[in-house]
Amino acid sequence: MKTLTQEFTKGLWEQIPPFRLVLGLCPTLAVTKSLEGGWGMGLATTFVLVCSNLFISALRNVIPPKVRIATFIVIIATFVVITELVMKAYTPMLSETLGVFIPLIVVNCIILGRAEAFASKNGIGRSLLDGFGIGFGFTLALAVLGALRELLGTGKLTMFAQANLDLTIIPLGEGREFLFKFMVDPPGAFVCLGAMLLLMNLISERSARSKAA
Amino acid sequence: MTEYLLLVVYAVLVNNILLAQFLGNCPFLGTSQKMSTATGMAMAVIFVLTFAGVITWAVQWYVLVPLELEYLQTIAFILVIAALVQLVEIVLQKTAPALYSALGIFLPLITTNCAVLGVAIINIKEDYDFANTVVFSFASAVGFGLALVLFAGLRERFALSRMPRALQGTVSGLITAGLMALAFQGFMKLGG
Repeated sequence: MKTLTQEFTKGLWEQIPPFRLVLGLCPTLAVTKSLEGGWGMGLATTFVLVCSNLFISALRNVIPPKVRIATFIVIIATFVVITELVMKAYTPMLSETLGVFIPLIVVNCIILGRAEAFASKNGIGRSLLDGFGIGFGFTLALAVLGALRELLGTGKLTMFAQANLDLTIIPLGEGREFLFKFMVDPPGAFVCLGAMLLLMNLISERSARSKAA
Repeated sequence: MTEYLLLVVYAVLVNNILLAQFLGNCPFLGTSQKMSTATGMAMAVIFVLTFAGVITWAVQWYVLVPLELEYLQTIAFILVIAALVQLVEIVLQKTAPALYSALGIFLPLITTNCAVLGVAIINIKEDYDFANTVVFSFASAVGFGLALVLFAGLRERFALSRMPRALQGTVSGLITAGLMALAFQGFMKLGG
């Protein structure tokens, strides 16, 4: 049995999505054109994940096992609609950036995966911690990927477009275009995620080797 | 007629659902280890996606809009898709056992394939009429199938080649997908 701290921190390295649990790739690849898209998507997913974990865990003894998947989907979809409407009202620009991928949180396999593998078997407290851990891990991964792609692709970092919070890290001359546009194009998403995963594999291989020695 | 032809080219090549819009990437990486699984998945997606596109279109314009319930779109669509997948499974099992045994294991996976829900939502967002919805859903699914089968062909080769352990599996898959996406990006010039 894991301690409560471990329950939370496992989402940040040991099982960090989308690297260790190769789930939820579509939003990961699609919205990480900018730092803002990365953290926005991450936080929206975290909210849905925490709420659905809470409800599914609380109702786990009431839900009939045969229709559990359908029940989970309805619970998840409810929170996705809440997120969708709230974001449309209060952060319209972010909601525009994420577009079709906000309703698609419903079919993000991370959420259904945690519901099935964790929340339906564990108590409320642990499920909440699990949701927060996995959610923050996902947000972290998306934000790093987004920052990397945006910085290399455009030389800027968009924190929050609505409040005009962007930083120009690599200044460009008047009328000049950044050359490494590949990074913000679709192929860059695949290659960049692959490179990050490779780096993580190398780090864990090295730490496993030093542990064995 | 030209309009539909353009839509097909746009959906299959220029704006490929997997490589340019990033919908349905979990099965793309998950079921592409073997050619036979990839073909099965591609067929199942073509079948379900076309149906789902048409039915969700009808649900939107004949149920949700008249009742002013557009904000329930996400819930309604995912339930319709889940029910449709179950229905297709039962009907196929009874009427076409051969097809069922080929597609059977892929059908339940399709409910959480975001390509299906994604295309359904895009159809509504783009204000497609009925004919456009049918063509676009079908063409998107064909684009999905094409990319998946090509990708599986590449990955089958990888199984035989030696590469560093840290590169195996998902990493090499992602980088290959990136190169494929680069090739598909060449079609952008077709769209002008």
